[in-house]
Amino acid sequence: MGNEESVFFSRVLTELTLSFHIIYATIGVGIPLMIMIAQWVGIKKQDEHYILLARRWTRGFVITVAVGVVTGTAIGLQLSLLWPNFMELAGNVIALPLFMETFAFFFEAIFLGIYLYTWDRFENQKKHMLLLIPVAIGASFSAIFITIVNAFMNAPQGFDIVNGQLVNINPILAMFTPAMPTKVAHVLSTAYMTSAFVLASIGAFRLLKGSNHIYHKKALLLTMKIGLIFSIATAVIGDFSGKYLAEYQPEKLAAAEWHFETEEGAPLMLYGVLDDGEVKYAIKIPYALSILAHSNPNAEVIGLDQFPEDEIPPLYIHYLFDLMVTIGMWMTALSLIYVLGTWFKMRFVTSKWFRWLIVLGGPLSIIAIEAGWWFAEVGRQPWILRGIMRTEDAATSSGQVDLMLLLFAGLYLVLAIGSIIVLTRMFRKNPVEQELTDRELEKEGELR
Amino acid sequence: MTLEIIGISVLWLFLFGYVIVASIDFGAGFFNAYSLFRGKQHILTRIIQRYLSPVWEVTNVFLVFFFVGIVGFFPKTAYYYGTILLVPASIAVVLLAIRGSYYAFTTYGGLRQKRWTYLYGLSGLFIPASLSIVLTISEGGFVSEKSAGLELDYWALFTSPLTWSIVVLSLASVLYISAVFLTWYANKANDEPATELLRKYALIWAVPAIVTATGIIVELRDHNPEHFSRLMDLWWLFGISFILFAGTVYLIWKRKLYGLAFGLLAGQFLVAFFAYGVSHYPYLLYPYLTIYDGFTNEAMAIALIIAFIAGLGLLLPSLYLLLRLFLFNKDYVQGNRDDHA
Repeated sequence: MGNEESVFFSRVLTELTLSFHIIYATIGVGIPLMIMIAQWVGIKKQDEHYILLARRWTRGFVITVAVGVVTGTAIGLQLSLLWPNFMELAGNVIALPLFMETFAFFFEAIFLGIYLYTWDRFENQKKHMLLLIPVAIGASFSAIFITIVNAFMNAPQGFDIVNGQLVNINPILAMFTPAMPTKVAHVLSTAYMTSAFVLASIGAFRLLKGSNHIYHKKALLLTMKIGLIFSIATAVIGDFSGKYLAEYQPEKLAAAEWHFETEEGAPLMLYGVLDDGEVKYAIKIPYALSILAHSNPNAEVIGLDQFPEDEIPPLYIHYLFDLMVTIGMWMTALSLIYVLGTWFKMRFVTSKWFRWLIVLGGPLSIIAIEAGWWFAEVGRQPWILRGIMRTEDAATSSGQVDLMLLLFAGLYLVLAIGSIIVLTRMFRKNPVEQELTDRELEKEGELR
Repeated sequence: MTLEIIGISVLWLFLFGYVIVASIDFGAGFFNAYSLFRGKQHILTRIIQRYLSPVWEVTNVFLVFFFVGIVGFFPKTAYYYGTILLVPASIAVVLLAIRGSYYAFTTYGGLRQKRWTYLYGLSGLFIPASLSIVLTISEGGFVSEKSAGLELDYWALFTSPLTWSIVVLSLASVLYISAVFLTWYANKANDEPATELLRKYALIWAVPAIVTATGIIVELRDHNPEHFSRLMDLWWLFGISFILFAGTVYLIWKRKLYGLAFGLLAGQFLVAFFAYGVSHYPYLLYPYLTIYDGFTNEAMAIALIIAFIAGLGLLLPSLYLLLRLFLFNKDYVQGNRDDHA
């Protein structure tokens, strides 16, 4: 296998691993917060339903965490196995957040074990809830540290290269790159948003499938409210991300927006197709790109004409970008209508078709996460470390990457099927109504 | 003490932690499967499940910590070991992934089938076998540096007696460590039949563990004379390790002080592990890479060490809490409490 093939298969395998891992990782970052909110509401309102909600989410969460842990281990090792040259360089400059991530995860794993096995151990429910705080913190900090590494790949700093040697290394400066604030905020808020919509989707699905229990209605309203808050946050952060890109990675923004010529008062291209270098069927919003990039309708936005041909990312990232943004807007609108509709007791929000839209929102949010990461990664090409190291120079020289690709593809298939079977079985065997009756009986038994 | 030595000692300590906790875990899975096979599952399963359930995730983190840490402290290892280990490490990761997820699936998801129990048990033997190959490779003689890059000679690796001795040692140690620990644990749970059975396993596996360990030292004389002579300089450490080993076997044999027996075992492995590590110094990979030319810059090293100390400040109390609530909690160990979500 020539080196070109090694590069190609290394890219495919990394893409596969990340695309699979990110589903479980996103849920793993977001769900602890949801569990915490549900348990908190339950304690405050003295409402058994919310407590049970937290408990049932926890059970499902354990399964997704397990898959997240093992695929996380896989990507952690694959970084060194597939991109040894990159990791040799990165190890020197950005090893600190990678190292701290293991601590964050360690912390999370320990307290998750404790939390899981101490339901009902404490007289005071609040004490038990306190154990969840380190889980949520650990999960979110794992995301923060890993995103810091990704931000570094987009806007490397904190070192100099003199005669091919790394000098003046500053690990702290390398962590706090210009890309870091918007990226970290975006990853966190979308993780919470997606988790909320995935849980809402499950609640809506139960309601559609015949269960009319108030438990599911409470779950649905709670998660849609949380989803709404974080989708608004995501939109605000998205605006800052646009400004970051315009300033530090103009080629990524220009490629995503099909902005070819540098100009003032640049319009924003929505959708459309690219035909022989010509944009067709796009919706053109005048001045919008200048506003997005610089908050000024007349500001100049750098176009792709400023960059050499071999440093421009693939132009198909426009579709990924549009997909991500469209789903984000759609979910914001959907959750806003649902929350307002419930407030004003409008009938249509409890109708079948509307609930189906909420069910659809779960998978859509996951698709948005995938599109977002593909956009982030492909949009950085041809660089693995922007301006410093090209992806093709970073890959392994090993000739067996294609075999490993098959091996891991098989693994992910098994994990996906396994986790889906286990999750559906877990909740089908023990429906909410059953569990509520059981708990009722248990309590009476204790009283007697 | 130089930064290089602090770095490698920290990593080595965590690898030691992984060897102990993972051995308990792997061995437990194997004994569980074996007892199912022999129709004695009723004796062991309960005790093994009680131990494994709250801690399984933590085991994995020790390993992640090690390989993330080694790339941090010694970035050149990413190039050398990253290139060489693509296949063996990928296989180990796939096995770890299947094992970890199926543990969660069966325990929390009620996917109980004999098939999975066997697969789970066997994977626990294949993982240490595939991971131990890294130690063999580090002895040198299997890697060549060519113009196209580094190459691993699989044929030489798999026909070398050293490889297979290290594999056998890893398996025997896994089963020995696990049996001794579980004997203690079962005894704490006042579970007499389980204690007796595990005690028997512990005594059986003590023999191959010590024989292969000695055999490997002898084999190194031919394979890597330099390393061998450094090992011989540290003969007294191996002597101490052997005395600790004898102590464990004696206590288990006499059915006395199982907790102390496990303590001695941990001491035996700690001393031997560090004696091996010290004699390997300064090489990370014979003869290409030493801890000195593979080391990161000073700024990063200091940052990592500070992060490590801060991290430990967070971790040690949490680990203590975990152990107190489950491992050292009488009610939990004896099965009087089950507060699973």
